[in-house]
Amino acid sequence: MLSLEPREVLSKISKMGVSASFMEVCGTHTVSIARSGLKKLLPDSVKLISGPGCPVCVTAQVDIDYAIALAHQPGVIVATFGDMVRVPGTETSLLEARASGGKVEVVYSPMDSLNLARAHPKEEVVFLAVGFETTAPLIARTVQTAKAENIPNLSFLVLHKLIPPAMRALLALKEIQLDGFILPGHVCAILGSKPFLFLKEEFHLPGVITGFEPDDILLALFMLVKQKKEDRADIEIQYRRAVRPEGNPQALKVMEEVFEPQEANWRGLGIIPESGLALRHPYWDFDARRRFPLKIMGSREYPACGCGEVLRGVISPQECPLFGRVCTPDSPVGPCMVSSEGSCAAAYHYEEHP
Amino acid sequence: MCLGIPVKIVEIKDQEALVEVGGLKQTIRTDFVPEAQVGDYVIVHAGFAISVLEEEEARETLELLKDADVIP
Ligand code: SF4
Repeated sequence: MLSLEPREVLSKISKMGVSASFMEVCGTHTVSIARSGLKKLLPDSVKLISGPGCPVCVTAQVDIDYAIALAHQPGVIVATFGDMVRVPGTETSLLEARASGGKVEVVYSPMDSLNLARAHPKEEVVFLAVGFETTAPLIARTVQTAKAENIPNLSFLVLHKLIPPAMRALLALKEIQLDGFILPGHVCAILGSKPFLFLKEEFHLPGVITGFEPDDILLALFMLVKQKKEDRADIEIQYRRAVRPEGNPQALKVMEEVFEPQEANWRGLGIIPESGLALRHPYWDFDARRRFPLKIMGSREYPACGCGEVLRGVISPQECPLFGRVCTPDSPVGPCMVSSEGSCAAAYHYEEHP
Repeated sequence: MCLGIPVKIVEIKDQEALVEVGGLKQTIRTDFVPEAQVGDYVIVHAGFAISVLEEEEARETLELLKDADVIP
């Protein structure tokens, strides 16, 4: 894609002699960094830390338990993205729920849930809407289509989360020292750069909106290190081939029509105001929580699982005592080991493990 | 969940487009990229195109690197 010589960029980064830690808040970046072995190539003074960038991982246990309870309701089919089905809830996962008679369907696109509902007119299809700003507009369009086509047996369990409020909450905790952010390219393809200006204004931290090739990330790191060296805190776009400063106006409009901000419960970060989305009033008929008001009791995370700390960047996956011993991709204890975008899974597949 | 790889549009009809991914044809939604044309590369996420790729812009990034004296 970019015809530059990575070694050259690396040596420029080294020569600037900057000590800094940068966080990525996107699971696809986490995987690309791990797969490319970039951490080992960087000078020791430049550290990369993963943040709350995996949508499945940040989903709260109680919400996963709710989804599992839904799958056990007679006549209900739960439809979701593949990564979600193996995430362990308090007792079981969706996959295990399916093995014991629950109905769970994996879909590729939210639009598939429309067909699923049409094909099963006597059953209720509930789509588990998980994801950040990249995914929310797609779900919004699906909700609009369901309303326009009057599909009565489809509803949505909206678990969407918004990245900027989570970054702000994480910074406010002051648990870790950060010098800037590798900003999520596809979230920013929707949002543009403006929602990240608070980094500069409130925290004097730089951010670079970054693509997903190792070269993209390397270039973004160069840009971040350079900003640090020059004591600047700008929001720059490295991933210009896909991201416009204003984002995607069509997608933003649809998202705005269907959803409004509301508080959300994050694994590792707890409840953050205005960090999630709820269906607006005209779409309440499609809200699974209104259609199936189930009470979920006794949700808890596996006690020794360090996912919360991993998602806040406080520990690396390797620092979790269960990593690679008790917890592996074949028998995952926490969502960070399940999701293909999870930090623990990425570390297990591409870095050292016991 | 996030494919993130650019795919090429081979046909457009209403709000849908046919794209080619690794030799396989797939239908995607184009609701959010009304400007997309046949031949364009788009970023696809969960069955929707979310951005049309611009080669020009990629080159700009290269320019930026040149400015920064990374590329000789
Ligand atoms: S290694 Fe497993 S148990 Fe430890 S934090 Fe990661 S997912 Fe949780």
